[in-house]
Order: sequence, then C-alpha cells, then structure tokens
Amino acid sequence: MKGMTIIVKKTAQLIAGMIFMYGIYVIVHGHLTPGGGFAGGVIMAGSLILVILSHGTDFFSLVKEEMGTTIVESAATICVILIATAGFLFGTKVFFNNFLPKGNVGDLVSAGVLPLYNIFVGIEVAASVFIIFLSLIIFKEESPK
Amino acid sequence: MNQLLPLFVIVPLSATFLIMIFGRFFKDFNKYFASCVLLFLVVLSFYSMISLNGGLSLYKVGGWQPINKIPIGIYIVMDGFNSLIVCIINLIGFLVVFYSISYIKRYTAENYFYALFCLLIGGMNGVVISGDLFNIFVFLEISVISSYALVAFGVEKNELEASFKYQVLGGLASFLILFGIGFIYWKTKTLNIADIRAAFSNGYDKKYYLFVQLLILSGFGLKAAIIPFHAWLPDAHSSAPSPISAMLSGVFIKAVGIYVIIRLFFNMFEISEGMAILITTLGTISMVIGVFLAIGQWDIKRLLAYHSISQMGYVVMSVGIGMILVSRGLKPEVASLAITGGIYHLINHAAFKGLLFLNAGAIEYTLGTRNLKEMGGLAKVMPVTSATSFIASMSISGVPPFNGFFSKLIIIIAAILARFYLLAALAVIVSIITLASFLKFQRYAFYDKPKNPMGSEVKEVPFPMVFSMIVLSILCLLLSLLVIPSVREVILAPAVNILTDPLKYSTFILGQ
Repeated sequence: MKGMTIIVKKTAQLIAGMIFMYGIYVIVHGHLTPGGGFAGGVIMAGSLILVILSHGTDFFSLVKEEMGTTIVESAATICVILIATAGFLFGTKVFFNNFLPKGNVGDLVSAGVLPLYNIFVGIEVAASVFIIFLSLIIFKEESPK
Repeated sequence: MNQLLPLFVIVPLSATFLIMIFGRFFKDFNKYFASCVLLFLVVLSFYSMISLNGGLSLYKVGGWQPINKIPIGIYIVMDGFNSLIVCIINLIGFLVVFYSISYIKRYTAENYFYALFCLLIGGMNGVVISGDLFNIFVFLEISVISSYALVAFGVEKNELEASFKYQVLGGLASFLILFGIGFIYWKTKTLNIADIRAAFSNGYDKKYYLFVQLLILSGFGLKAAIIPFHAWLPDAHSSAPSPISAMLSGVFIKAVGIYVIIRLFFNMFEISEGMAILITTLGTISMVIGVFLAIGQWDIKRLLAYHSISQMGYVVMSVGIGMILVSRGLKPEVASLAITGGIYHLINHAAFKGLLFLNAGAIEYTLGTRNLKEMGGLAKVMPVTSATSFIASMSISGVPPFNGFFSKLIIIIAAILARFYLLAALAVIVSIITLASFLKFQRYAFYDKPKNPMGSEVKEVPFPMVFSMIVLSILCLLLSLLVIPSVREVILAPAVNILTDPLKYSTFILGQ
C-alpha cells in the first residue's frame, strides 16, 4: 500500500501526536471522568493506525512492529495480573485488594490502584487493537494479488 | 476461606502471556512451561478438593464484604460438585498438554497452541469456580473464543469451515445467555447466584421466570450440544487437532455446558417439575439420537464426537430424573442415586472420551487418515494404542469391570427405582448400540487385515503420547473404585448433597 499525498502526511503527523496525548489523558483520568483504560487505549491505537494509513505500509516494517506489539500487549496483561496478585501481600490479603492509599475524591492521584489498572489496561487495549489492524494489513500484503 | 482459590484463574492466565513473551525467545520453553503449569494446577485442584472435606468454601475477590447481607463483590465458590469438575479439567488438561508435546510438532506456531490452551484452561476453571452469573459469562467467552481459534488451528478448508460454524452457533448461544442474564438482572438487581435465588424466593412472575429459564437452558444447551442444539459439535470436535478434540469433548462441553446447567437449575432457579421433565426429555433424545447418528460414521473422530452427544444424554437424563424426584419431593434416596449416577458418568466420560480421542490422534499421527475403511491390522504394530483404545471402548460401552459399566448401572437402577421403565430400557438399548459401534471401531482399526500395505514408518507413537494414553486407561480402571460405598461417601456424596438440598448453597453464601 502506497502512502498518501504530502498534505495528508503532514496533517497526520501533526494530529497523531495530539490524538495520542488525548488517549493518555482519557486513560489517566479514567477513575475521575467517563472513559478509562479501554476507551483511551482505543484512541491511542487510532493515532497509530492514522499514521500507518497516511504513510503507507512500505514505510514501516510491519512484521517487526507486530512482534514488538505482541510483546507489549502480553507484558501489559502480566502487569495487570501482577498488580492484582500483589493484593495478596498487603492489607486483608485477598486477590484484587486495593492496597494503596485512597487519597481524596477527585484528585488525579487517588483511588488506590485503580489508575494503575487503567494505565496497563490502556496499553493492553491499544496494543491489541493495533495488532488486529496490523494482522489485517499483513494478511492483505502477503496474499497474492 | 481457602486463599488458594483464585490461583485456578491467575496461574493459567499468567502462563498464557508468559508463553507469548518468552516462547518467542527460548525454544521449547512453551511445552515444558505449559506442562509444569498444568501439573501444578492438578496438585492444587486435588489439594483443594481434599481440604474442602465435603463442605463449602467461599472467596471474596477484592475483600468486598456484603452490605446488609447482600453480596456486592465477585464471589468464588468451591463446593463438592465443582471441586470434582476442577479436578477433571486440570487432570485431563495436564495429560493432553503432555500428549501434545509430540503431537503438535507437525503444526507451525506451537507457541500460539500452548498459549491458547492455557487460556482455555483458565476460562474453564473460571466458569466452574465462579459464584456470579456475569463472571460465568465472561470466563465462558474467554474459553469459547480460545476454543474457536484452537478448532481452526490446522487452517485447512475443513477446519476453517468447522470453526466458522462453531462461531456462528457459539455466538448465538452467548447472545441467548447474555440476554437471559440481562433479564435476571433486570428483575433481581443482583448477579450473585445465591442472591438471585433469595430474590426470586420472594415471589415472581411465572411466565417471566419460565422465559428466563428457557433462554438460559437453550444458551447453555448449545454449549453442551444437547440434541436440538448439537449441529456444531461433530464438525468442530472432529476437525480440531486431536488433543484439542479430547479437551473439548472430554471436558469443555461438561464444564461450560452441563455443569452450568446443573448448577443454575438446581441452585439458582427453583426446581419446577415442568423444567425437570423438559431437561430429562432433552437428555433422553440426545442419548438415543446421538448413538444412531454415531453408528453409521466412518470417520473415527466424527464417530467419537457423536458418541459424546449420546453419553452427555445419559448424564442429563439421569440428573433430570433426580430433578423430577426432588421437585415432587418423593423418594429422596432415589433422587440422590440418580444424581450420583449422572455425576459419576460425567467423570467417567471425561476419562474414556479423552482417551478415545487421544487414540484417534495416535492413529491419525501414524497413518495420516481418519477413515476407518483405510485402516486395519494396527493391533500388531501399535500395541499400546490398541490396548488402551480397547479399554476405553469397553468403558464407554459399559462392560465390567471398567468405570462406564458402574455409572450406567447406577443410572439404570435409579431409573427403574423411580419407575421410569422406558428410560431404563432406552439406556440399556443405547448402551448395546454403543457397544456395537465400538466393536466396529476396534475391528476396522485394529484387527482387520490392512487395506493398504503398511510401510516401516507405521510404528508405536512417541513416549509422551503413550504415557498420556496409559495414564488415562489406568484412570478408566481406577474410577470404577468410586462405586465402593466408602469411597463414594467421600468423593461423590458431597457433590450430590449440594444438589439434592438446593438451598444449602445459597444459605451458606448469604450467611457469610
């Protein structure tokens, strides 16, 4: 797949970073406002997909990207499980225990471990949505014309 | 509170993602790691069953305590019944993954196989130990989606077609289940199984209740492949790689289908006679039609898949008879005998059907065909496969002293004592036809003259496959010990008690 014109490329370069930042914003405010890990992750993946669509597949080595993304995805999931399992060590010693201090309602740093879950779920969702996109593109590139 | 209960979900889930990461860098990491994980789960499940000591165990995830005796968090519950199912899942899972060490070499992407397999195990464990309706749905989807991928693992035309059919019907089933759960939540404002029972006990709209019951029954009936809903099973179970067929047929349809139906219709819904008769009828139809569909098959794995439907019919019918008696409040000892027979047959079926699919896999591994007409004379060249498949065939057809005989005997005795003479007669006839079709399997595969001249490459399969088959055939013999009253009291009686006394489950959970 060839890339698009220079106008589209430049616009995509300008916008992609902002979309990515907005995804991060949605993720870290997940415990305060609507949204959270899943919604933010999809927005982050959207910015990556935008870059690939505008620049074309020739620009990136997709198979390498796919392998890296798989590893990021699996690592994020393992982090979620690790945080959940860390609940075994603190406080009432149960799985999924919210062991960090809760803070004040409405602060950015509050609600104990919930923001951490949101962050890792966000990475995981961004990586998996991106992987689905990459797999479809790789399939199309590899299949005979 | 047993602190180890969440490990049944944590360990396989983390194993999945560890395999996805490290399996890419270290060769052979995936197979040995998956085997170790499953071995650990086997030890854990047997330890949990023994430490349970016939009672119930409750785990509140996240430490959320009930408010005004209304449960608000996710509950993990382990009782006599699901501890048995967890043992079956993990034991068969371990043997199957050990078998796959040799078998799966001929496929590419071994990494994905082991990762998906651990995900399947985690999902099934989650369904079985969850005490919460929505979690049952979530874990069900985890295990079902990984099974879609595993059925299509060969990526040939047949596999993809079977997987697509399975996905369409599986999607329909998930839709019905979610719809049913939504209706329940709408009326009761809770998702905890015990709390739903309590909420419905304050009176309910009869038609609404019946509608929800039918939704749930058809949804999980599709997963369990009871006969009007069986269309996906023969294709999916015969096209999957053989270890996965063993897993799907031996464990999967029980854990996400039969187990959930029994659990919900005994412990969540109030037992009504009409529903009990419906379940018994469905079971009887599956039992009879399944075996007639099976006997004409020439593809070994298709034959075995149809027999799964038929044998699950025995389980559903027997439990249904128990349900009818419990709903009428008559003959409690006969009701518990019928339920014992059903659960006993469920356990036995996991052993012999898992073994039969592994045998079929061994034959396919050496000959490269599943067609009975192209085999013959394998008894001389594959002695272990031949001997173990003989044991499994005799078990499934109900020949003493193997386990299938005793469970079928209990089912038939219970049916006679409950005065369902027709059902008892049908059970005997179906058993005879099962014997006939397995004699056909034995004759054409192992004892007839070879159809094609066999080369030197036709020999016994490698050690891991042989090991799994031998362990399962020993299990087929050992499980007949469960019929001895003192052993039955320890292992089967707690499972039966929780079902014959349906309120025990909800009173225990709400009392915590």
